[in-house]
Amino acid sequence: MGLAEAALQGDRRAMARLLSWVENGSLEGQQALATLFPHTGKAHIIGITGSPGAGKSTLLNQLAREFRDRDGQVAIVAVDPSSPFTGGALLGDRLRMRDLVTDPHIFIRSMASRGHPGGVAHATRDVVTVLDALGFPLILVETVGAGQAQVEVARVVHTVVLVEAPGMGDEIQALKAGLMEIADIIVVNKADRPEAKQTVKSLQSLRTSLPAGHHGFGTGISVEEAPVVPVGWEVPILQTIALENEGVFELTNAIKQHYDYLKNSGRWDLLLRQHAEAEVEAWLQRHFQQLLNQKIGDTGYKALVDAVVRHEIDPAKAAAQLLEAVTRPVSKA
Amino acid sequence: MERKIRVLIAKPGLDGHDRGAKVVARALRDAGMEVIYTGLRQTPAMVAEAALQEDVNVVGLSILSGAHMGLVPRVIEEMNRRGMEDLPLFVGGIIPVDDIEPLKEMGVREVFGPGTDTSVVVEFIRREIGSV
Repeated sequence: MGLAEAALQGDRRAMARLLSWVENGSLEGQQALATLFPHTGKAHIIGITGSPGAGKSTLLNQLAREFRDRDGQVAIVAVDPSSPFTGGALLGDRLRMRDLVTDPHIFIRSMASRGHPGGVAHATRDVVTVLDALGFPLILVETVGAGQAQVEVARVVHTVVLVEAPGMGDEIQALKAGLMEIADIIVVNKADRPEAKQTVKSLQSLRTSLPAGHHGFGTGISVEEAPVVPVGWEVPILQTIALENEGVFELTNAIKQHYDYLKNSGRWDLLLRQHAEAEVEAWLQRHFQQLLNQKIGDTGYKALVDAVVRHEIDPAKAAAQLLEAVTRPVSKA
Repeated sequence: MERKIRVLIAKPGLDGHDRGAKVVARALRDAGMEVIYTGLRQTPAMVAEAALQEDVNVVGLSILSGAHMGLVPRVIEEMNRRGMEDLPLFVGGIIPVDDIEPLKEMGVREVFGPGTDTSVVVEFIRREIGSV
């Protein structure tokens, strides 16, 4: 029996090993993904994002407990950054999830971002795919501590929960493009802090200045489906004190309501289409990069980089030359 | 394809001193490994379950309470119960010299006492894992 089959039958060690295969992008992993793909599409995938220290892990710990009681099983994928210098990582999200560790209905997997800049790892989507196939009805994805531009989680999940800590900036911060735009639900955590009221107010004033149902996520390939949202979703702004488990139940309700909204508005199908496009595009880039690496080899590449170092050729032109050498048609003889 | 050595650094038992565990975690991170850090006061079952879910290549236990002769066999038992007999385990902390051999007989691959250079731990892991 293969690993994928063992995992489908509930073997947790097989699950964990399978996730490693997929995370490493191994050939076995790709084969397993192909086997599992027909079993996917059933889970509600929820992203938890926000700045470092806003309380994402703590909130997620409480959320997972609520959802476990309601939905039976919960999987958690927690992403932390890799070092750009050594490639190493310290994955510490488990620290705040100690209540969940030995719960047989909860599965937690830490992932390093491995150089991927979007707030999730390159393989986060694939890991989520596996967990979906294995029958987890709810999958929570915690991004790295995200600043303004780490919006890629929106390509992986159905519902984006943005966690803000009080006192993190004025209305102009909230008006900036990026992370704020992808939020389906905004949570002001640590709501017992004195600055919390002001933060909620700023966020509310921002919300009234936005058209309802504004947020969509262009994949860059096709945009023609974008404005078909029939009913708007008004982004709720909730307050929680994650450490005290306050406001968490209301948050689970809002998440469920968002799920219903997606299903009833037709937005769900649109999302699936956008995700599918983003995935195909990502794999295309991956395959293309591999192909390029194989074709270019080391020698020509190194010579051109040397030339750039000596300022004899600019980087864009060097890349164009490499590409040209690779794409030159092979003679048909 | 991208593979990384994944290490679980855990503190079973009740002592609250995690400086050593953090120093080791940081050193392994700087050596390019992915370190899953569980934090304080883990039960043996929590350590084993985290090792399983994270599919780590090696587990490091930090124990400064003196309870290692009681805790280590229970961690090993929990790991075996989950089919992880083959997973290398090392221990760091305050371990009397006389306890090192008995710990190794239980299945611990290496014991690192106070003052161990972190590079020794890094080398040990690389050797244990081989070419991951």
